[in-house]
Amino acid sequence: MPETKPVLMQGNEACAVGAIAAGVRFYAGYPITPSTEVAEQMAAKLPEIGGVFIQMEDEIASMAAVIGASIGGMRTLTATSGPGFSLKQENLGYAIMAEIPCVVVNVQRMGPSTGVPTAPAQGDVMQARWGTHGDHPIIVFTPASVYESYYLTIAAVNLSQKLRQPVIVLLDEVIGHMREKVTIPEGKLMVEKSSDKVPSDWKPYDEKGLTPLVPFGFGHYYHVTGLFHDQYGFPTGDPPQVERALDRLHEKLEKYRDEIVLTNYIGHKEPRVAIVTYGCTVRSARSVVKKAYWQNRLPVGLLSLQTVWPFPAKEIEALAKQADVIIVPEMNRGQLVGEVERYACGEAKVVPLNRYDGEMINPDQISEEVGRWL
Amino acid sequence: MEQLTQDFLRTKKLPHIWCPGCGNGIVTAALVRAIERTGYDQKDVVIVSGIGCSSRAAGYLNFNTLHTTHGRALAFATGLKMARPELKLFVIMGDGDCSAIGGNHFIHSARRNIDLNAIIVNNHIYGMTGGQHSPLTPTGKKATTAPRGTLERPFDLLELARGAGATFGAKGNAAQPRQLEQLIIRAANHKGFSVIEALSPCPIAYGRRNKLGGAVDMLRDMKEKSISVERAANMDEEELEDRTINGVLYSIDAPEFAEAYYHSIGKDIG
Amino acid sequence: MAQAKKKSINADLVINRTWCKGCGICIAFCPKEALFMDHSGKAEKDMEKCTTCGVCETFCPDFAIALVNRRLSINAGDKTGPDAG
Repeated sequence: MPETKPVLMQGNEACAVGAIAAGVRFYAGYPITPSTEVAEQMAAKLPEIGGVFIQMEDEIASMAAVIGASIGGMRTLTATSGPGFSLKQENLGYAIMAEIPCVVVNVQRMGPSTGVPTAPAQGDVMQARWGTHGDHPIIVFTPASVYESYYLTIAAVNLSQKLRQPVIVLLDEVIGHMREKVTIPEGKLMVEKSSDKVPSDWKPYDEKGLTPLVPFGFGHYYHVTGLFHDQYGFPTGDPPQVERALDRLHEKLEKYRDEIVLTNYIGHKEPRVAIVTYGCTVRSARSVVKKAYWQNRLPVGLLSLQTVWPFPAKEIEALAKQADVIIVPEMNRGQLVGEVERYACGEAKVVPLNRYDGEMINPDQISEEVGRWL
Repeated sequence: MEQLTQDFLRTKKLPHIWCPGCGNGIVTAALVRAIERTGYDQKDVVIVSGIGCSSRAAGYLNFNTLHTTHGRALAFATGLKMARPELKLFVIMGDGDCSAIGGNHFIHSARRNIDLNAIIVNNHIYGMTGGQHSPLTPTGKKATTAPRGTLERPFDLLELARGAGATFGAKGNAAQPRQLEQLIIRAANHKGFSVIEALSPCPIAYGRRNKLGGAVDMLRDMKEKSISVERAANMDEEELEDRTINGVLYSIDAPEFAEAYYHSIGKDIG
Repeated sequence: MAQAKKKSINADLVINRTWCKGCGICIAFCPKEALFMDHSGKAEKDMEKCTTCGVCETFCPDFAIALVNRRLSINAGDKTGPDAG
């Protein structure tokens, strides 16, 4: 195992450092609070290692540029926040349809609209799922620490390459801007290489299953388009092919579900009251469970979600069979709580706990709610 | 006499979807002949296109082809060029695709002077969506969204590009395909952001609605109105009234963005 | 009328009738009026008049007319492309 060295690092920086560790050598972005530090880190680091940093004219162009570079064979990253995330949606949908790997970091701030640019929030959760139009699949990770920002970005880059699927790393302003001690392994990480040696009968969109993306310039004259397409990428509107192609996009994620859906449980093995949350709110919830369970042995537990999409349905179903009450604290007016309720199927009472004034949900709020149900 | 090589066409995808007499095929054929004349290796050529009638050309050309989103072809192409500077990129866009929704990427690609060949097929209309006016529709001309004729003045696309920093600007048309082919070769050989505006007839949406006759009439009219840069030089405002000046309008040397970037990180690609 | 331009003997004009959409542009711009519209609305050639100058090929919007030498067949096709699919 490579030797580890502790370092004080900011969340946004951890995304940049993680991306580079996972082989990203191309960044295109546009300044926007609270994600600009990712761009600044990449602007400083990529040129040192022969990589490409480019500041584009807007977020739409940034998203287009990372897709273009990915088709050129580079691993790519872009970062933004709410307003920019809204602008990137159309091209994000293009990357999903054309199955071009890329990673988008979205550092959530208080919205809607200009909102409170420097204040944390978790109001883009549904946008991360349904921001672009149509029945598209998406992977969305939600780090709850600087350490997780580093590792989930690495996971995002590698999964994106492996499944030829855009991945969103959804931070919030707290995780993006906070600094904490992180242990970063020295030396190269095992990075999956996208090969350019491919069988002669290679097809860019092979019916039989996933094939690596052979970059442009290697003499495989395939076509890439946002239109529904056949195995060589040429447009088709033929209904059975269209339906088959859309199912194929979703099946990619279903096949690797357990590798994609990451969650973590701490606390009592048979909780009567459970907390389900993600992002910076996990930090408040964890301190509540430490006190309630580790200290006072109360039947309380916390299921933190490192992946919010695809939604961890199995994990919620199991938890609901166990706990009587599931509390879902979120820094929005209630977004993921609907999904939790849906998969709890009435097995447990689902209680939303919402704060949306631009401040974090603090532990007392959560412990007060937990006390109500114990 | 250059024979249109079938190797660069995806013959199994033909006949194409364009209307009879549409100029897209003429411009596309000129592009294919030009690419062949440049002698580029087939695997190094990439056709990038936006959304609209002319942008469907990418699907018919036997290279690596990238059919992007409306207005964003140049931004996709910028990413690809920066990742693979050795590739030769031809970016086909319609007049609306490039100068309306794509305007911001057009002026910034010019400002960067990145080595892309932007070929704008100007048929003065949004054809794919059935005939709406575009930023290049001449004032007073009719469209489905300007039933009484447009009120706005069209861009002078090449001056817009020059003002934004493009270092090569040329104008050709479908009625002079041989000259258009030469202009595309000149653009390809130019290092930097090259803009070619290729006038093209849209008989079905633009021609019919504005009573300009069929494809043949529109092409004849295009040819009559066409005047070379040289001859136009010694003609006054009034004589140039409704003429279109064809040829290379400007060719300037300036640092090319991809080359400058890679030089700045110690990797010369010139 | 004297043969203005020596016809290159090994060249031939090949019209792809499936691609031709009968737009009439080649007919209008042929300097020798060596092309006409046949009964089914496709371009047809008259090799008596044709001087194999190739103007029609550059004007055809359907890639449907090509000046080829007899040895090279019209359907060279895209051998390398995977678009066999």
